[in-house]
Amino acid sequence: MAKKQTLKPKDPRLHFTSGNEAVGLGALYAGCNFFGGYPITPSTEVAELMARELPKRGGTFIQMEDEIASMASIIGASLAGAKSMTATSGPGFSLMQENLGFACITEVPCVIANVMRGGPSTGLPTKVSQADVMQARWGTHGDHPILVLSPDSVQECFDLTVTAFNLSEKYRTPVILLSDETIGHMHEVIRIPEPGDMPVIEREASAEIPADWYKPYDYGVHSTAPLIPFGEGYRYHVTGLTHDEQGFPTGRPDESRKMLEHLLGKIEHAKDVYHVERLYLEDADSAIIAYGCTARVCKRTIYTVRHEGVKCGMLRLKTIWPLPVREIDEVCEQNDVIFVPELNSGQLMRAVKRVNRGRATIVPINRIDGQLFNPHDVAEMIINRSHGIDESDQLII
Amino acid sequence: MRQESLTLSYLRTRKKFPSVWCPGCSLGIIMGALIRAIDQLGLPQDDVVLASGIGCTGRMPVYADFNTLHGTHGRALAFSTGIKLANPRLKVITVMGDGDATAIGGNHFIHTARRNLDITAVIANNNIYGMTGGQYSPTTKPGMKASTAPYGMVEPPFDVCELARGAGAPFVARTTSYHAAQMTKLFARAIDKKGLGVVEVVSHCYTTAGRRNGFKGPVEMMEREKELAVPLTGYLKRKQKDPEHTLAEGEFLTGVFVDIDRPEFCEVYDELRRRVREDS
Repeated sequence: MAKKQTLKPKDPRLHFTSGNEAVGLGALYAGCNFFGGYPITPSTEVAELMARELPKRGGTFIQMEDEIASMASIIGASLAGAKSMTATSGPGFSLMQENLGFACITEVPCVIANVMRGGPSTGLPTKVSQADVMQARWGTHGDHPILVLSPDSVQECFDLTVTAFNLSEKYRTPVILLSDETIGHMHEVIRIPEPGDMPVIEREASAEIPADWYKPYDYGVHSTAPLIPFGEGYRYHVTGLTHDEQGFPTGRPDESRKMLEHLLGKIEHAKDVYHVERLYLEDADSAIIAYGCTARVCKRTIYTVRHEGVKCGMLRLKTIWPLPVREIDEVCEQNDVIFVPELNSGQLMRAVKRVNRGRATIVPINRIDGQLFNPHDVAEMIINRSHGIDESDQLII
Repeated sequence: MRQESLTLSYLRTRKKFPSVWCPGCSLGIIMGALIRAIDQLGLPQDDVVLASGIGCTGRMPVYADFNTLHGTHGRALAFSTGIKLANPRLKVITVMGDGDATAIGGNHFIHTARRNLDITAVIANNNIYGMTGGQYSPTTKPGMKASTAPYGMVEPPFDVCELARGAGAPFVARTTSYHAAQMTKLFARAIDKKGLGVVEVVSHCYTTAGRRNGFKGPVEMMEREKELAVPLTGYLKRKQKDPEHTLAEGEFLTGVFVDIDRPEFCEVYDELRRRVREDS
């Protein structure tokens, strides 16, 4: 009898999974113990994984009555000490905007995964898009800080979700993981690190000062007060009104300015929020600036154009907001042409143009038909543009 | 004097007073009753969360020395759901106005009742949007004038207690801002109830509704609340004797309408956790 072939023991850290599920796995690794959400394509797999896994680990999954309530529930849970998140797509993300602003002004940590689909409105629910870049930045009203991270692989869905939780805790601010339908539904093998291999920032449970001295807010230039959960003996007020360091509402011009300057400054001056990947930029005279699924496609594009003798590199933005101005500036300075491919009509491109200040030629490449870029189409455009065959200002597929 | 110093001891006296509320407002009476109920139950201040939405009622938490949250318009119960689920040890009391709870927050109100979380929902129903200057709400009485109903209200109103009962709340009661002693008792029972306790307080806004509808002052409005309030127990007794007996125009019932036992959601979810853990 033939002996059963012994397979190599499977590495338990390796998982074949989708981008959306990797977001959930990353959240669990980061200690997420509360998920409040509402079903929406193409993000629902995140909720499904959390519904399955959270109760096993003592956490809570709740399907709220809508996305407005989902966002409110994760803020409430965070105030009560939980590490909380929600996941949604286009229309649901629109509904979350008001309470997202509430999380910004009250400085409540939480993570929102927005898996982008075609819009506006119901748009193309099952098709990919990158058209929420500006909504992620400016969707909620008023001046506000925001952190937006964009993964380009299933592994990075995991990694950046952990980063999102860490930045959210560190800076007491909502963090948006801006994924898209392609990355969310793509399956790849990922390696889940052992507990402790990736740093995880935990909430402080005590301010180590008497309750009477505790201020829920610290408006120092670079400082952020620890957020002590409700019920720990530090009674304080949380309001969406402009407030002083005690959390009490104020309408005084000096106090209002101080609060907003703190909110904006704490993210702007942070050094560890800017994550980018540089590819073949050393000898490049043209460069692609891209993010998410488009950046993933363009990795192949670069290989093709380089084969044709075009010295093109890529700056991939893992952090979209705040805009990595220094990194973009460097690329604009060193290259003659910058291609900005996006699955929208040019949302990041305008931001790149502002940083560029007329130095390099900015060439947007746009696709708005719900389809992913074909790396060879993009390559052909870049090659034609580089060889002077196509001189147009904008390349549209 | 004793009562006054009791409520005072729960207020954030270092906070900027006076309050934003107008003279003659019923919200001070409601806050006083709430504090007395919490005191009677002996709840530690550290364990109490007072949450609210937007509007005049939304301003209540800032004055009281608990863990306090002034959320967004209509979403108070959704915030409270997150708080309660993340830490069921906390006693969550949510105060809302009629617009807050039944218009913009109507969805959260019925779903919180359906889930049956151990939360107390206090609804100060003055039939008007006070903070924005007297626009009609889903509980504005037919014919009543409001700044957005200058020719009188033409939409039919919600009955807050019937809404709560229909959605499954296990404790539903109504009182008025005139009946402060009854209010305290009902608040205490609602807080003590394992599950969602809903108390509607029929109240008044002289500034934005009373003046527009021919009232001379807030006192007259309170006396009217007293006249129109019909205790449920008395009403049922009369109904037994005379089945034809009905409420006169404008009259409304007060008292406890629903007091049943239903599985509380935090406990249900805890049971789910136990079951899933045993299986895996």
